[in-house]
Amino acid sequence: MPSLCRDCLTTFQDAPRCPSCRSPRVAAHPELLDLSIAHMDCDAFYASVEKRDNPALRDKPVIVGGGTRGVVTTACYIARIKGVRSAMPMFQALRLCPEATVVKPRFEVYSAVSRQIRAMMDDLTPVVEPLSLDEAFMDLTGTARLHGAPPAVMLARLTARMQAELGITGSIGLSHNKFLAKIASDLEKPRGFSVIGAAETMDFLGPRPVSLIWGVGAVTRAALERAGIRTFNDLRRWDRRDLEDRFGGMGVRLWHLARGEDMRRVTANAPVKGVSNETTFRADTADADVLDGHIWRLSEKVSGRLKAKGIAGRIVTLKLKRSNHSILTRRVSLHEPTQIADRIYRTARGLFEQVAREGPFRLLGVGVSELVGDTAADQSGDLLDPQAASRAAAERAADRIRQRWGDAAILKGRSLR
Amino acid sequence: MKFSIERGALLRAVARAQSVVERRNTIPILANVLIEADGDEVMFRATDLDIEVLDRAPAKVERAGATTVNAVTFHEIVRKLADGALVNLTDDGASGRLTVEAGRSNFALATLPRQDFPVMATSEYASNFSAPAPVLRRLFDKSKFAISTEETRYYLNGVYMHVAEAESGRVLRCVATDGHRLARIDAGLPDGAEDMPGVIVPRKAVGELRKLLDDDDAKIAVSVSETKVRFATPEITLTSKVIDGTFPDYTRVIPVNNTRKLEVDASDFARAVDRVATVSSERSRAVKMQLDEDRLILSVNAPDAGNAEEELVVAYSDEKLEIGFNAKYLLEIASQVDRENAVFLFNSSADPTLMREGTDTSAVYVVMPMRV
Repeated sequence: MPSLCRDCLTTFQDAPRCPSCRSPRVAAHPELLDLSIAHMDCDAFYASVEKRDNPALRDKPVIVGGGTRGVVTTACYIARIKGVRSAMPMFQALRLCPEATVVKPRFEVYSAVSRQIRAMMDDLTPVVEPLSLDEAFMDLTGTARLHGAPPAVMLARLTARMQAELGITGSIGLSHNKFLAKIASDLEKPRGFSVIGAAETMDFLGPRPVSLIWGVGAVTRAALERAGIRTFNDLRRWDRRDLEDRFGGMGVRLWHLARGEDMRRVTANAPVKGVSNETTFRADTADADVLDGHIWRLSEKVSGRLKAKGIAGRIVTLKLKRSNHSILTRRVSLHEPTQIADRIYRTARGLFEQVAREGPFRLLGVGVSELVGDTAADQSGDLLDPQAASRAAAERAADRIRQRWGDAAILKGRSLR
Repeated sequence: MKFSIERGALLRAVARAQSVVERRNTIPILANVLIEADGDEVMFRATDLDIEVLDRAPAKVERAGATTVNAVTFHEIVRKLADGALVNLTDDGASGRLTVEAGRSNFALATLPRQDFPVMATSEYASNFSAPAPVLRRLFDKSKFAISTEETRYYLNGVYMHVAEAESGRVLRCVATDGHRLARIDAGLPDGAEDMPGVIVPRKAVGELRKLLDDDDAKIAVSVSETKVRFATPEITLTSKVIDGTFPDYTRVIPVNNTRKLEVDASDFARAVDRVATVSSERSRAVKMQLDEDRLILSVNAPDAGNAEEELVVAYSDEKLEIGFNAKYLLEIASQVDRENAVFLFNSSADPTLMREGTDTSAVYVVMPMRV
């Protein structure tokens, strides 16, 4: 079986230790030298950066977090042993691990390190798709001749380089598509190097829970459980058409993923295409007032995200899911980009009126796409709606009040519907 | 049905009829043109259920009758036939084929029964009048650029044709707006139009209508009801449903107290706007106008691409003003001016601006400024 020493990067056949440097850190897999889709995930990224910059913390539990929300952003592996997890309230984390050092996040530093890692990945392949500051997909297909080494070797070299030059460790997942590469990188963290080959895909997934699938959140998981689906094996027993009938487009995706099939390509520099928020109701509803409240709250959320990023969009989309899970979308192109909640709401509301009688609905979503910088946004008024300008000004004023006094300081009555 | 017709006459008639056929439609019969031969003429009829075009052409009819064939295919065939050819069309009623013969070319086209073709119901028109083609051409040509494409405000997706009270008396008026600019065009009220109900003529019908208006000497027979509008020449009849909605009260939108007055040669102005706008490739690019003592500075500042500035000598004697507009909107209204200077009337940099040609108030335009 082809094997790779992750310390000296020698490749060899079947040996528990590297024949040249005697290291036990060996990756061995029948398809090791053939696979080329990879996922790289830094290990406890923020905490690692903090430990690197303050060596006194090296052997101590470190929690990055706090700030306004008082939750754990990242915990180092020592703290994780005590049970500390990301997104855990800080008081709870400190109860589990009272000796931990809490560090406020320094995002500028993390993004600087992230850029350095990105540059290293760019040396491997032009096809790098970052998912966040600390993880990315890479497609190394066809790079073996250029580098004179197969993807597996280059990936092992990448993590070695990250550790040597930046003091940051990462885990690699190597497989034949994005879905499996991402699962693989999580298999033996930290400093992991896991391979899922084509031949073993079905056996590998079989007994695992479907919650491994990115995008299967609590609601979908509950829906799947009601259908008796917990594992990939359960999922595989379903007919494709039945899945589609029951879960819509998601059903088709599930059918493929159950077989380890994922046709999504690794795409470099994929810019943000749109900002959207959606909500699934506790009970299906056709109540126009209730739905109106949702449209407003979602418009406000989308607007808030656009404002925070300093962007705006020209297309407003309304998405509705009927009780039978079929999806209905309506979109409209504005004559200029907007980031104002009031405009997004009124536009989405207009779209809703076209389809309101198709209810009841189980989900509603509002999105804005065709994004541009906000300097080009909301520059002109509406002849037929002379109040629009003052409503937008009121919204900006309310934004400033919220910035100072918190989100609940001021809100529209509409949002209480 | 059997008739022969000169290829040129056939092409003209079929071309006009087929243009209303919706390219993407799911109802087969709507892709077809209805051909009816009777007496010494042939009628070609096509519809998208909202608009119907009926076109007549002289022909030598041997056997009266009617059938329908795919409009686009039929048009393509006729277009490719030799000019001046005599075309023989035969439908024996039994084979389900229309034979098209011209010289050595021979086609057999699948037909659908004429009974399936949805002929628009004839209705009672509340008002019938006649208007010279150039008058209608001016009314619609000068207003149609402002028609909205926004589906959520469907009542703006057309030109509002109605009778209005102007300074000069009662007029036939066309108004279009998309909320960002507005065009209001007046013409003398034709005899018989006094009781015309106001109707919103949909964008597509406005486009089809334009094809009837090229001949300066033509008189157009106009018929209007609450739900339909009809424009007819001796050869062509265009019938369209009107948009079922209420056009907003545009009169409040037209500023009456704008006092700052700029007068400028419209084509110099349009060319200058076009030049400075070149530096920005954004769709809603803004042009800044700075006005001070007979001087107008136009500028565009696109942070990513560069900036541009141009100075024009104009007539302006009011307070200094800085105001921004969407470059496209400025160009569109400036290009409506064809005889005299363009006169802009401003209030403030945030209020709607009015534009007209010289002192002529029969065509006024309103445009909303942009923040710059």
